[in-house]
Amino acid sequence: MRVAAPAKTSPARTEQIIVFRICGELFAVSSASVQEVRSTDSFSGSSTEISAPGLRKVRHVVRRGDRSLFIVSGALHFDLPPSPGTLVFVLRKTRTALLVDGIEKMTAMSRLQALPKSFCHEERLWYRGLTTVDQTVIPVVNPEGFLSPEELALLDAFMPPPAGRDVENTEGTVSDS
Amino acid sequence: MTVSAELELQSFVLLRLGERRFAVPANQIAELVAPSRVFKFPHRTAQIEGVILRRGRIVPVCDVAESLTGRKVTSRRLYLLAVRHYGAQTEWVALPVTGECELINAEMTVAAESDAPHVAGWLSHAGDVIEVLNIDAITPGPGEMRAEGEATVAVEARL
Repeated sequence: MRVAAPAKTSPARTEQIIVFRICGELFAVSSASVQEVRSTDSFSGSSTEISAPGLRKVRHVVRRGDRSLFIVSGALHFDLPPSPGTLVFVLRKTRTALLVDGIEKMTAMSRLQALPKSFCHEERLWYRGLTTVDQTVIPVVNPEGFLSPEELALLDAFMPPPAGRDVENTEGTVSDS
Repeated sequence: MTVSAELELQSFVLLRLGERRFAVPANQIAELVAPSRVFKFPHRTAQIEGVILRRGRIVPVCDVAESLTGRKVTSRRLYLLAVRHYGAQTEWVALPVTGECELINAEMTVAAESDAPHVAGWLSHAGDVIEVLNIDAITPGPGEMRAEGEATVAVEARL
């Protein structure tokens, strides 16, 4: 009699995520999308103020060589009460650095559920979908959803002229005041 | 009652929103569940309160009471999980309801063109005339976005 070989169970595909907080709300972002995590203090010497009309969520820009990173206040992006933020996520393959209040945990998600179609406004651009962590539903942000091409064009148009020292401006801060 | 008349009967779930009763075809109801935690996160679809977790599914909660009765549901007792169609696809949507729901068999009079879009038809039960809800019309979806876009274009065209 042949005994059936035990079925091989393939490990569930998981994605590493960072669960973070903005104004008490929890969000998640794929770890692979985050190039750097910096404290706001570490950006204070290299950021420059920027003011584009109608775009309150971006107040500072950081020059990195010929590239500009726009620091987006997560609180203002999501229509939450203003928050100074303590950490900045530099998002890979974007021109966005996201200002958040703190990291809650780093974990793995095994399932990303598409945002239900009942959600039919800007949130469809904001989120890749929803996941559950410890029986709590958390939206997983889309790194490209913080600044639209139109917003990027507007910010480019209002870029402050380069300071004497190309990438450093010691007067700038990343506080959201 | 003749056999042909019996065949006209359909099953409906009667639900209560405040003082009013409405009906939904029973084949569009997936489940009736006890209230559970509503998870909220930032979004801009006004009718959606948040989501609940049910059998591993994430289900949006849509309070239809305000648009139907002018008042939000305050004493919530149950969630009616209704099937919402998006073209060929379907998704569940949780409708908060007050009071117990009732399953009845009744004959529906199809809505007239003059009826509101959320009215799929009418039925008579226990002396009341009750609206049968069109779930697809009363809950938000991609069509709402298109409609808003069209409205904006229309306003711009008028300007």
